[in-house]
Amino acid sequence: MNNAVLAEGLAKRFGETRALDGVDLAVPAASVFGLLGPNGAGKTTAVRILATLLEPDAGHASVCGHDVVRDAHRVRQLVGLTGQYASVDEMLTGTENLLLIGRLVGQSRAEARSRARELLAGFDLTDAAHRAVKTYSGGMRRRLDLAASLVGRPRVLFLDEPTTGLDPRSRLDMWQIVRDLVADGVTVLLTTQYLEEADHLADEIAVVDQGQVIATGTPAQLKARTGAQPLVVRPADAADLPIVTSIVRDLTGTAPEVDGTTVTAAVTDPALLPAVVRRLDDADVLIAELALRDSSLDEVFLSLTGHKAEETSTPDLERTPA
Amino acid sequence: MTAAVALAPRVRPAEGLRQSLSLSWRTLVQVKHNPMELIDFSLQPIMFLLLFTYVFGGAVSGSPGDYLSFALPGIIVQNGLFGTLNTGVGLSNDLAKGVFDRLRALPIARWAPLTGRIMADTVKQAWAVALLLGLGAIMGFRVGTSFAGLLGAFGLLLFVALAFSWISVLVGVLVREPERVMVFGFAVMFPLTFVSNVFVPTDTMPGWLQAWVHVNPVTILANALRGLLVSGPVATPVLQTVLWAIGILLVFGPLSVRAFRKRT
Repeated sequence: MNNAVLAEGLAKRFGETRALDGVDLAVPAASVFGLLGPNGAGKTTAVRILATLLEPDAGHASVCGHDVVRDAHRVRQLVGLTGQYASVDEMLTGTENLLLIGRLVGQSRAEARSRARELLAGFDLTDAAHRAVKTYSGGMRRRLDLAASLVGRPRVLFLDEPTTGLDPRSRLDMWQIVRDLVADGVTVLLTTQYLEEADHLADEIAVVDQGQVIATGTPAQLKARTGAQPLVVRPADAADLPIVTSIVRDLTGTAPEVDGTTVTAAVTDPALLPAVVRRLDDADVLIAELALRDSSLDEVFLSLTGHKAEETSTPDLERTPA
Repeated sequence: MTAAVALAPRVRPAEGLRQSLSLSWRTLVQVKHNPMELIDFSLQPIMFLLLFTYVFGGAVSGSPGDYLSFALPGIIVQNGLFGTLNTGVGLSNDLAKGVFDRLRALPIARWAPLTGRIMADTVKQAWAVALLLGLGAIMGFRVGTSFAGLLGAFGLLLFVALAFSWISVLVGVLVREPERVMVFGFAVMFPLTFVSNVFVPTDTMPGWLQAWVHVNPVTILANALRGLLVSGPVATPVLQTVLWAIGILLVFGPLSVRAFRKRT
């Protein structure tokens, strides 16, 4: 058995909402596993159960062979949690936050001090070590959050949307940190609503929607599996938009996405392209752009769920076409 | 999978206590960074003591000096009860900001975050009592009993504050926004502390109000502190106070812990 994290049939409901509805996961040791899904898909609930913060209504899960409910204390000695909801104390300095956690996990004063110094240096926070966290920028805070979850040298790290709200530069820094951790043998389970992030970081991805895992595999497998490619059509004249939309709908059989004057739809048959050209020509539509792009995880998600993944993404993160 | 390090199956109580101490350090060290907080929880007792003694003192007791020995024990009680709101506000803040999630994901005793906060707030309470007694002494208040009486008053107040802070914990856990704890505080603590004999003798009030004042635990605690610090009966009010505190602990302790478990 070489799975650092194992979950079978996890279910959790909050009132009428089924946050998790039978989730199975297997995360190989020393790998990055991505839980990908839109807001409200159940990712955070899954992480909270795995990190022992919530008990599942049904199913079970283990970390390094220890049950997260029956053996929660052992699990807590093995995991670190960073995320949207696990936070550092804003009133304390960076050093104090790390010292506190060091002391709480049983380190001596001297140990805690040297571990704090080491982590702050590693996360480029030495200069801010003695400032209250409330004066930190978003990226610095997130780095300290991550440093805080590493104080006890966890074997398994849960990162709940580690880059949500970060600027592109801080996001790249965070990705590098995650790669370094995995190189050191740490198992990372991260949740994200950014397909690009899962694509770049994860060895394996589970796509989650409405409390269920709807697909798993490597990024390459997932892309190959759906085989869908985005068809992009942009008329030269915005007045032609309704005609273009209806032609694309006719040919692909799905409702296309309209963004400004660009019409996009997922297609599985490349032979569709000539047909599109013919129909547009028949309709006397002048085209500014017409292309069949390489499939990215965006299309994978769209074809798996029937809706887009980043409907609620933050505006400061621009989507990069794959 | 074999673990390289031996994992403890559970937290030993002594470790839990040490963790609580670390967590109370966390609450107290914040005062160092934000000295305004010290002023925050010092200003109200100073204001109340000065205002009531010099503004109302003459009218109520004939002279500010006489009023001081009547009102100071009561103001200590009033301030102590208001002080318990800190616990709920701090707790609610930690819950709202995710600090509790971080703590609960650590291999620490489940009760450590709660006791850590209550321990820290007890230190703040002790500070406020010392501040009131110190300022009172400057204004002319003299302990009329003994050093033992002074220690007893300290101990009793801290015990009652500890009991009442469980009400605050319950409110802090139940409300979504930390500010709501203060709203609760004003809605409950003002009537509770003012409709008592903290500031004025009971016999000046209408009869129906007197009935409540007599059973109000705030009155009983104020009487106990008067007995311990100035003069008057000690045994009965102290016993009644302790019973009240135990009752509150028995009711609100389990309720709070249950609400806390449910929320987290």
